[in-house]
Amino acid sequence: MARNIQSLERAAAVLRLLAGGERRLGLSDIATALGLAKGTAHGILRTLQQEGFVEQDPASGRYQLGAELLRLGNSYLDVHELRARALVWTDDLARASGESAYLGVLHQQGVLIVHHVFRPDDSRQVLEVGAMQPLHSTALGKVLAAYDPVAHSELVESERGSFTVHTVTGLGRIETTLDLIRARGYATDIEETWEGVASVAAPIHDRRRMPVGAVGVTGAVERVCKESEPLPGLIASVRDCARAVSRDLGASRF
Amino acid sequence: MTDQTASNSHGTGPFIAAIDQGTTSSRCIVFDRDGRIVSVDQKEHEQILPKPGWVEHNAAEIWTNVQEVVAGAIQKAGIGRDDIKAIGITNQRETTLLWDKNTGEPVHNALVWQDTRTDALCKELGRNVGQDRFRRETGLPLASYFAGPKIRWLLDNVEGLRERAEAGDILFGTMDSWVIWNLTGGAQGGVHVTDVTNASRTMLMNLHTMKWDDKILTSMEVPAAVLPEIRSSAEVYGEVTGGPLGELLGGVPVASALGDQQAALFGQTCFAEGEAKSTYGTGTFMLINTGGKAINSYSGLLTTVGYQIGDNKPVYALEGSIAVTGSLVQWMRDQMGLINSAAEIETLASSVEDNGGAYFVPAFSGLFAPYWRSDARGVIAGLTRYVTKAHIARAVLEATAWQTREISDAMTKDSGVELTTLKVDGGMTSNNLLMQTLSDVLDAPVVRPMVAETTCLGAAYAAGLAVGFWPDTEALRANWRRAAEWTPRMDAETREREYKSWLKAVERTMGWLDDES
Repeated sequence: MARNIQSLERAAAVLRLLAGGERRLGLSDIATALGLAKGTAHGILRTLQQEGFVEQDPASGRYQLGAELLRLGNSYLDVHELRARALVWTDDLARASGESAYLGVLHQQGVLIVHHVFRPDDSRQVLEVGAMQPLHSTALGKVLAAYDPVAHSELVESERGSFTVHTVTGLGRIETTLDLIRARGYATDIEETWEGVASVAAPIHDRRRMPVGAVGVTGAVERVCKESEPLPGLIASVRDCARAVSRDLGASRF
Repeated sequence: MTDQTASNSHGTGPFIAAIDQGTTSSRCIVFDRDGRIVSVDQKEHEQILPKPGWVEHNAAEIWTNVQEVVAGAIQKAGIGRDDIKAIGITNQRETTLLWDKNTGEPVHNALVWQDTRTDALCKELGRNVGQDRFRRETGLPLASYFAGPKIRWLLDNVEGLRERAEAGDILFGTMDSWVIWNLTGGAQGGVHVTDVTNASRTMLMNLHTMKWDDKILTSMEVPAAVLPEIRSSAEVYGEVTGGPLGELLGGVPVASALGDQQAALFGQTCFAEGEAKSTYGTGTFMLINTGGKAINSYSGLLTTVGYQIGDNKPVYALEGSIAVTGSLVQWMRDQMGLINSAAEIETLASSVEDNGGAYFVPAFSGLFAPYWRSDARGVIAGLTRYVTKAHIARAVLEATAWQTREISDAMTKDSGVELTTLKVDGGMTSNNLLMQTLSDVLDAPVVRPMVAETTCLGAAYAAGLAVGFWPDTEALRANWRRAAEWTPRMDAETREREYKSWLKAVERTMGWLDDES
């Protein structure tokens, strides 16, 4: 049997000590109760504090449990909350880019479209909220697979269909692409899912830097790309939008 | 609302600034020629609650905040007076202020539209006729929201005020008048005006002549000397003059005023007869453009002025409000604890296919339009063992949809105009299931525009028209962008059956209170 890690055991003991009711304890109380040197206890508390599991009362200097513990048990972000937060930013993205904007989250083995803003040209368009898209070929799907390990394992295990001559289905090439996406911060889909259609997408993170979704634009390849690369201005708009939504999620959760 | 100084490109100007003096906060938004938001600044003010039912605002605090948010928005946009072609104003309607024209000091806190202290006075003013005594002239029932009775209350209750008012030292205004008077110089020559939409909510203006009604003034004992001049919603009232804003924006024309709901109608570009918008917040306000006709309502709606552009003829509207919509979702969150955030109502409601037979009529403080029954109280009907919290969540969303249907039916009954499309805005439009349900029960398409800030946009549009920044309303229509559209998916038979069940549930709310008249 593997040896337990002593510092983790001690951290758990500190949390147990602080748990229950409105308990606030000073450093020496904690050190004494656990039989630790003050310096050791302080190191543990400081680390827990950085992670948000412990908070220090500025006035008394005493410690108490942090809000992050509450979040642990209740950490998933409701997709409708995500849509509500993203609304103004995705409207602006559609306006700035002149293309339709989509917000997607991982659902089972694909991307669930949770929000869709029409292309701002008065043409007839149908709301695609609730539709599913593949993980391996779409920009939204690739972003999710690049940043969210759960999405990645779904992609690996899923059946990867070929939709156009450009669809990449081999795992080796997909992994190379995912590395590139992580390095660049955005993903593309140039006629890999639909003939004549290209998209760009970027990741949305919550306040703990956990990937919670992807946002992107989709349009005719002739408008979205130049020399088989998406227009730099379009990429910037998508990334700006993703950052704005992420900031909104970080600023206001709890 | 977050700071929306988007880093991506917007036009280089010129721009229009709009001030939204609202119930909980004051904001300023700068728009470019395409109607896109360039910058936003916002500041909340105190809600003063001296007694149950009484709600006041400190007008001096509001004016300070307005100056701050205008300066803030201009600064965030990184522009100056030469880039701003005009300033427009939209405001919380009916909130009533009296101030000393020599010092610019308010004589009392502003009485906010929600304030019910004039309930008894309104009953008394109804005499033997009842609450419709002034409806033919003003389009409004005698209710505590409107400004006229609030002026009367102040004149009766602030010591010495009536004498000062009759001597001509006191000015009355809704928040548009207060902001314009201060922007244009205040005690040093500020212009004392209001627009037709705000004037139409005082109960003192005759809807057909657009003038103060002498008979009503006499009945309400309001001296004409306190009243502002009634002007159109889109014209240059004056220029920014004096004070810190004078240094920043001196000379910029102040060029529009519209009550908030009328501004949203304008921002949604509902310029043709039969076009309607509905704003979904804690409560809901639906307005339909009825063109050049002031249509008398026999279904409990309000007749009001939609807007008037310069010398053009005024455009009228019918208005229906729903007291409890978003606030029902908040109630599910805060009082029932069934959800953690407002958005989660959709998650919970989406976990079931239908309402399971349950109907929720949130008549928390009686039934409003089209019933007007103050003896009604809320009901959840159709409960069986089968019903879960998810069905109740569904019933909560459906309640907003059915109440909209009732208002829409009343509008059709009064005006003879069928609703073709409903333009929606407000926080609840992010709820996809609600928007689909709305389309299903109305049997009409529901569309959401790309700029969510339709209220400020409406004020900006009106100001821009007044100074020629936009040539005409057609140019504004061209700016309107559809962000989403929901089309009906419910079959007619289901719709009729569900509507019947809803109406049965509504019936069960009535007469709950015994002694209410």
